[in-house]
Amino acid sequence: MALDTAIIQEKLSDKFGDKVTGFIQQKDIFSFEVDAEISNDAMRFLKEDPVLRFNFLTDVCGIHYPDNEKERQFAVVYHMHNWFDNIRIKFKCFLNGDNPEIESATNLFLGANWQERETYDFYGIVFKNHPQLKRILNMDEMTVFPMRKEYPLEDGGRTDKDDRFFGRVTDNATN
Amino acid sequence: MSDLLLPPEHRYAKMIEAKKNDDGSELSILNLGPTHPATHGIFQNILLMDGERILDGEGTVGYIHRAFEKIAENRPFYQITPLTDRMNYCSSPINNMGWWMTLEKALDIEVPKRVQYMRVIIMELARIADHIICNSVLGVDTGALTGFLYVFQYREKIYEIYEEICGARLTTNMGRIGGFERDWSPAAFKKIHDFLEEFPSIWTEFESLLTRNRIFMDRTIDVGPISAEKAMSYGFTGPNLRAAGIDYDVRVMSPYSSYEDFEFDVPVGKSGDTYDRFCVRNAEVWESLKIIRQAIDKMPEGPFHANVPDYYLPPKEEVYNNMEALIYHFKIVMGEVPVPKTEVYHAVEGGNGELGFYLITDGSRTPYRLHFRRPCFIYYQAFNDMVRGQMLSDAIATLSSLNVIAGELDA
Repeated sequence: MALDTAIIQEKLSDKFGDKVTGFIQQKDIFSFEVDAEISNDAMRFLKEDPVLRFNFLTDVCGIHYPDNEKERQFAVVYHMHNWFDNIRIKFKCFLNGDNPEIESATNLFLGANWQERETYDFYGIVFKNHPQLKRILNMDEMTVFPMRKEYPLEDGGRTDKDDRFFGRVTDNATN
Repeated sequence: MSDLLLPPEHRYAKMIEAKKNDDGSELSILNLGPTHPATHGIFQNILLMDGERILDGEGTVGYIHRAFEKIAENRPFYQITPLTDRMNYCSSPINNMGWWMTLEKALDIEVPKRVQYMRVIIMELARIADHIICNSVLGVDTGALTGFLYVFQYREKIYEIYEEICGARLTTNMGRIGGFERDWSPAAFKKIHDFLEEFPSIWTEFESLLTRNRIFMDRTIDVGPISAEKAMSYGFTGPNLRAAGIDYDVRVMSPYSSYEDFEFDVPVGKSGDTYDRFCVRNAEVWESLKIIRQAIDKMPEGPFHANVPDYYLPPKEEVYNNMEALIYHFKIVMGEVPVPKTEVYHAVEGGNGELGFYLITDGSRTPYRLHFRRPCFIYYQAFNDMVRGQMLSDAIATLSSLNVIAGELDA
């Protein structure tokens, strides 16, 4: 019998209680939220449980929600895939805006290594017990985490793109 | 100033200091890349060498990082397609199609059967082009230039097909939300037909040049192997995973664009070494040809795009002659008709494996978050594990057979 999403929900709720919430079917992917404190345990359970068997970590990435309350300003999203029953799931772990920290998944999946480094590089989310948590795509000297929403794509203070220098403002003379 | 010229001490420096051989020889660091012909892209491998044997390695990437995800957050949905083109540029139409399909999933758009078949043909042609490059360059890296020269012209033929369909060759920006810009001309079908006629004999000759070639076999068998368990743990997909013996293929597991209508095999290897990766790609080219033939034979009649005027750009001749169409074109391109609030993940079988698009929209004209699951980025981290204990020349062959495309690695 193929693995049903109701079984996934039931098993996770039985094991972790209210630490796993918000079960919802989003398009073709079953999604839920996992408390960041148990992210590693939940992933291990999803991977090693003989019924669930989510044997493949498809993707790890971060999201910034600056408008949320402090405790939910960052999220790490994990996509997992059970190849036996061909079910994909996605879960989010919300993190504190001042101190985004979560346990690394490198003890469960070797492939989490670079994906977590990328997430750290972009969002400054710290993965505890990561073997080599340093920037990967940006240069080491960078002091900001560029995918955070507070960093606009271009520096608004650039004078070479100031509209005044191109006659694009009506009161050009007085500006 | 002198401080700037001194490189920071690498962790291997201590290892070199600690281990000095009795005969006076010592370990050394070798920088393979960032710009070396054998790396086929800009990424550096810092290798700890004992003579010609690799003891350890560390990959450094990000040299052509272009912040695609950040740019995508600031662009309307139509304007993101050129970004996807520039990831795996060897098979860019697959990236385009994957992106459109992600949007169509977000918008609940059902595309006509004809469009799905046309997309399958394009995606399989792109896969063939990708495999042509990878396998023929593997020949070059192991000392055989002939095969490369021989088959490369057929990549050009595939580009000519793209050109006939959309006017572009490498970064095609092909398609629209819901279908294609225009129906394919008889000339396009003729070019595909000619390709299907000519290419198999060339590919047979290419295979006979290398597959049982003693030197090539010596250079690739047992070189850069990876076990199935480890490949899976690293997140391998595509030909590199299948070479290790796991028949995971997104086209079969999560069919999209009517792949379930076609009969094809998923070639798998056994040992996960360089030779298996080569053979799996060779076999996949045959399967792709099989799929294209079936798609051509079974090509349904019907429209070449879905009826979604809110998202499908008006025909160009109307845009130039009709004010309403011009306004509508502008509104669509500038994202005035936004994608509703949703979250989707869509994966396609790219040239290198599972290419995934994770899209979060908030109802505005740009994505709230768009993450590309790039197969190259995920499996390149295994490279140092694969070459540990091997010779330097083996690292070159391994790197080549992994088909790491820097554009996709860095994004």
